[in-house]
Amino acid sequence: MSKIAVYVDHFGGKAAAASWEALTAAQTLAQGLGGEVVAVVLGQGVDALAQEAAARGPKAVLVADDPALAEYVPDAYADTLVALTPAHDIAVWVFPTTMRGRELAGLTAAGLDVGALPDVTDLAVEDGKIVAIRPVYAGKLLAKVETEPPAVVTTRVRAFPAAEAGEATAEIVSVPAQVSDTAQAVKSLGFSQAAGGVSLTEASIIVSGGRGVANTDKVPGDEKEKAQKGFEMLGELARLLGGALGASRAAVDAGYISYDHQVGQTGKVVSPDLYIACGISGAIQHLAGMRTSKVIVAINTDPEAPIFKVARYGVVADLWDVVPELIQVVKERGLAKEQA
Amino acid sequence: MKIVVPVKVVPDTAATLKVEDGRVTWGDAPLVLNPWDEFAVEAALQTVEQHGGTVTVISMGDESALEAIRKALAMGAKEAVRIYDDALAGADVRVTAQVLAAAVRKMGDVDMVFFGRQAVDGDTGLTPMYTARALGWPFVGLVSAFTEMDPAGRTFAAERSVGEAKQTIQAPMPAVVTIAKEFAEPRYPSFMGIRKASRAKVPVWSLADLGLDAPAAKVRWPEITMPPKREVKVEFIEGATPREIAEKLVDKLIEAKVL
Ligand SMILES: Cc1cc2nc3c(=O)[nH]c(=O)nc-3n(C[C@H](O)[C@H](O)[C@H](O)COP(=O)(O)OP(=O)(O)OC[C@H]3O[C@@H](n4cnc5c(N)ncnc54)[C@H](O)[C@@H]3O)c2cc1C
Ligand SMILES: Nc1ncnc2c1ncn2[C@@H]1O[C@H](COP(=O)(O)O)[C@@H](O)[C@H]1O
Repeated sequence: MSKIAVYVDHFGGKAAAASWEALTAAQTLAQGLGGEVVAVVLGQGVDALAQEAAARGPKAVLVADDPALAEYVPDAYADTLVALTPAHDIAVWVFPTTMRGRELAGLTAAGLDVGALPDVTDLAVEDGKIVAIRPVYAGKLLAKVETEPPAVVTTRVRAFPAAEAGEATAEIVSVPAQVSDTAQAVKSLGFSQAAGGVSLTEASIIVSGGRGVANTDKVPGDEKEKAQKGFEMLGELARLLGGALGASRAAVDAGYISYDHQVGQTGKVVSPDLYIACGISGAIQHLAGMRTSKVIVAINTDPEAPIFKVARYGVVADLWDVVPELIQVVKERGLAKEQA
Repeated sequence: MKIVVPVKVVPDTAATLKVEDGRVTWGDAPLVLNPWDEFAVEAALQTVEQHGGTVTVISMGDESALEAIRKALAMGAKEAVRIYDDALAGADVRVTAQVLAAAVRKMGDVDMVFFGRQAVDGDTGLTPMYTARALGWPFVGLVSAFTEMDPAGRTFAAERSVGEAKQTIQAPMPAVVTIAKEFAEPRYPSFMGIRKASRAKVPVWSLADLGLDAPAAKVRWPEITMPPKREVKVEFIEGATPREIAEKLVDKLIEAKVL
């Protein structure tokens, strides 16, 4: 029986939660196309991860546990996925649209010479075709795209519900690593861990700051020092809520905070349950990165700021007055998920 | 070094988009060089400034692609080629990559191809990987810096983002990379650069020039639609003190089940 394979994305054995969302999408494809869902885990010393995948409902987990895959190298991983495809009769590959997921999807699709439907938010099977919806033009429009299997699909993070964990009933099948000469010449020289914390794209709550964060007389110092204090304050709120810290491009360009926090067209596209925009005007390029958030809160001194056009709740006030109080209320009411 | 930068023309990110008969229109909003590709052009220029060589831009598209090409030339790219063929209407990413790979092969002796991260119209971000595989070259994505660049030794190392961390990857040349925004701010074209670019003759290659038969697309885009309007009406939270505002806001967020 042909298979729908899900690539379980992970960093050092820790699964990207979006992998379990891809499993849900794969079940939809399996129902429509016929076939069964398998999860695929690559790496070295990934037993625990394979067990975790086995509990999320696939028929089997294919595991390539091999020293050649100890360090993530896109070409080596993609070669292995390409080689698995005919060997296990895989008709469709599904990847979560993480950074690794996207690049592996592209390399695998090219290696198999099939079409790819990237970053989809909805999927269906019609007359044997895979039909998907995907946001384009930074989410301002939606495109319907289609292709016939064999194919590669990537699922947008947080667009599908995660497959729930149950009992680990799936069979675990050991498969070989396959690394071409080209890929063998590519070497990972190591990783430098970025600042920890919740990943922006996966966070269910995001507290974001813009240029307004530096605009206060409440703390001493120059613009940068003020901004730093301000982002510390927003970071505390984010941590308390178990969320992540975001920023506008203006804040990043002014050097208030590093680029990996940038939300928007040239930053990260996020879709949390709650997005709290503090001192952000709501330029179209910023909205492009967060407009699909479930509930948007805007705190801005300017009642005319465009951010209020997408906000569910608006607060016309100085963020330096309101955010400290929010932190207090969250603590006092026992809503804190983590001790900051 | 010989570096090729594939660039795409896109509507300005601030353009008001409309949909007519399932197709996108943007009125008379300007077309611009894809913002992500500006970083790729900048990275290529810096690399040849340090190591010698030339930067060539290529763009597959109709005459509007000249908008993107001229911007890259004005920034400092030395050469440009546009690829156009009627048979390329409806090309998908896979076809685009095959065409770009054929153009790179035709140029000969190319050391590296620098791509943008994605095109802000289709937001696909897969052309670079498809092109890498079509050429049979290694792929390194989202490069924020080169920690080593040794054209004579045919090797380079790059720092790049994998989300949770920065990874350093070493690879042989020739190779395909995509450039991340952290690499450097793109330069502004000089007045001289703009003048030169506006006069540049840009050769056009057809499929026949590339020795390709019209490749058939595997992915189709039957329709583009406006997303359903979100019915949000902002509710302003007011109060006599910041404390009162914070209390009310938290109440609302609990009610909405997001806290
Ligand atoms: C090609 C391109 C790509 C872009 N990509 C992105 C992107 O990815 N992400 C992005 O964010 N932008 C992007 N931009 C930039 C975007 O156009 C805006 O310039 C940017 O989003 C503005 O950031 P901001 O809202 O922080 O700053 P501003 O527009 O300056 O807004 C600051 C806001 O803070 C308010 N404020 C000031 N002081 C306070 C205070 N004490 N308390 C509360 N409110 C206060 C002000 O009323 C104002 O509304 C892009 C632009 C281009 C051209
Ligand atoms: N028609 C094209 N001509 C030249 N380069 C392109 C074209 N389309 C895409 N690219 C390149 O591929 C990158 C990714 O585009 P995409 O895969 O369409 O999101 C862009 O940033 C460009 O560098």
